Amino acid sequence: MTETAGPDKVATAAPDNVASAEQIGLSAREAAAPPPRDAPEALPPRDAASWARKVDRLEVDQRAGVRGTNVAGRRLTGPVQGFGKMWQKTYRMDAGPGITPEEAIATWRQHFPEFWPKGNRFAGALTGINPGDVALLDLAIGGGVKLSTGVFVLYADAESFTLMTPQGHMFAGWITFSAEREGDSTIVQAQVLMRANDPLYEVSMIIAGHRKEDKFWAATLTALGRRLGLPDPTVETRSTCVDSKRQWRHARNIWHNSMVRSMLQTIAAPVTGLGRRGRGMKSRADG
Amino acid sequence: MDAPAITMDVRRVGETTAVVDIKGDVTAACEPVLMSAYEAAGGGATPRLVLNFGGLEYMNSGGIGMLVTLLVRANRQRQQLAAYGLSEHYREIFELTRLDEAITIYDSEESALDGAVRGRSMP
Repeated sequence: MTETAGPDKVATAAPDNVASAEQIGLSAREAAAPPPRDAPEALPPRDAASWARKVDRLEVDQRAGVRGTNVAGRRLTGPVQGFGKMWQKTYRMDAGPGITPEEAIATWRQHFPEFWPKGNRFAGALTGINPGDVALLDLAIGGGVKLSTGVFVLYADAESFTLMTPQGHMFAGWITFSAEREGDSTIVQAQVLMRANDPLYEVSMIIAGHRKEDKFWAATLTALGRRLGLPDPTVETRSTCVDSKRQWRHARNIWHNSMVRSMLQTIAAPVTGLGRRGRGMKSRADG
Repeated sequence: MDAPAITMDVRRVGETTAVVDIKGDVTAACEPVLMSAYEAAGGGATPRLVLNFGGLEYMNSGGIGMLVTLLVRANRQRQQLAAYGLSEHYREIFELTRLDEAITIYDSEESALDGAVRGRSMP
């Protein structure tokens, strides 16, 4: 799990966080410099550059290779806003003594989409994972249908980063990717704190979703392990039901369900494509 | 794992409220400290729990996750959870993560205690 950060951590985190530091009014040089120990109150908190700035609704640019729907205008959803039982799922891998936590997280942040299982697309910023970024996702859900949704980079420092989900995603919550030293070894882990977003997703999670998710993150960690040079990466999975109550007041989240919307968008694609082509021909003829 | 750089002191305010003064770094590593404070505050027997973040120096996403765990525990016991002393930065993080929809944020201890009392008298 993510450890307490010290002043030296800010210094190591700074190069990746320059954009965010600029957002809060720090120059790149200020962001890279270690804060003085007797810092006056006026200085921003040590974690300021690691957190995304507050957003009410997500704004996205179109990205190549993904449909890019079901994200723009959506609000973020944490475990408080979800519907289903609350789960904490932890996927851990021993990366051995030769890799530092910072190296593991730097590699993960820089090459995050490359570790995803085949058939799933993560279209993030070209610079890697940085606080405030919105990534667009196309997830394989079977039957040739892609579930289009997104994630928001809530937090990122040298030893961890966290993605938070928008309305319509399978779950409401966040995933924290972190690395820490345990004895001589570096332990790399992904930890999900989530509730299924609506009753339909809750049923889907029970039937196959939890199993699929476990396979997904185990495959991701295995791919990361191989990139880090591990000959035989082994992933340990642990799931805990934190709250067995369902939050029925959030059942109406189903309105935003991206799985249903993605299916409708897939069915409607030939029609909307024809419409777009027709409008294009008309404007060329008019021009 | 290093020892968490945090202290959480518990004060009783009347018979129904406990205030937890949080000083230091809130990360996932301090979950045992928070849960000890929760027990020292009377556990589920205390109807109102007020978190004082005036001494908060650092918080990462693991810390937010830990607060969600505390919230679940409080909800299970039908306890009220309130907070005050958050700087503008940390208040924005509560709003960004939408934790403010479950943990009522106040500007001062006085208003937190007053709000908790008023909230308690509501049906």
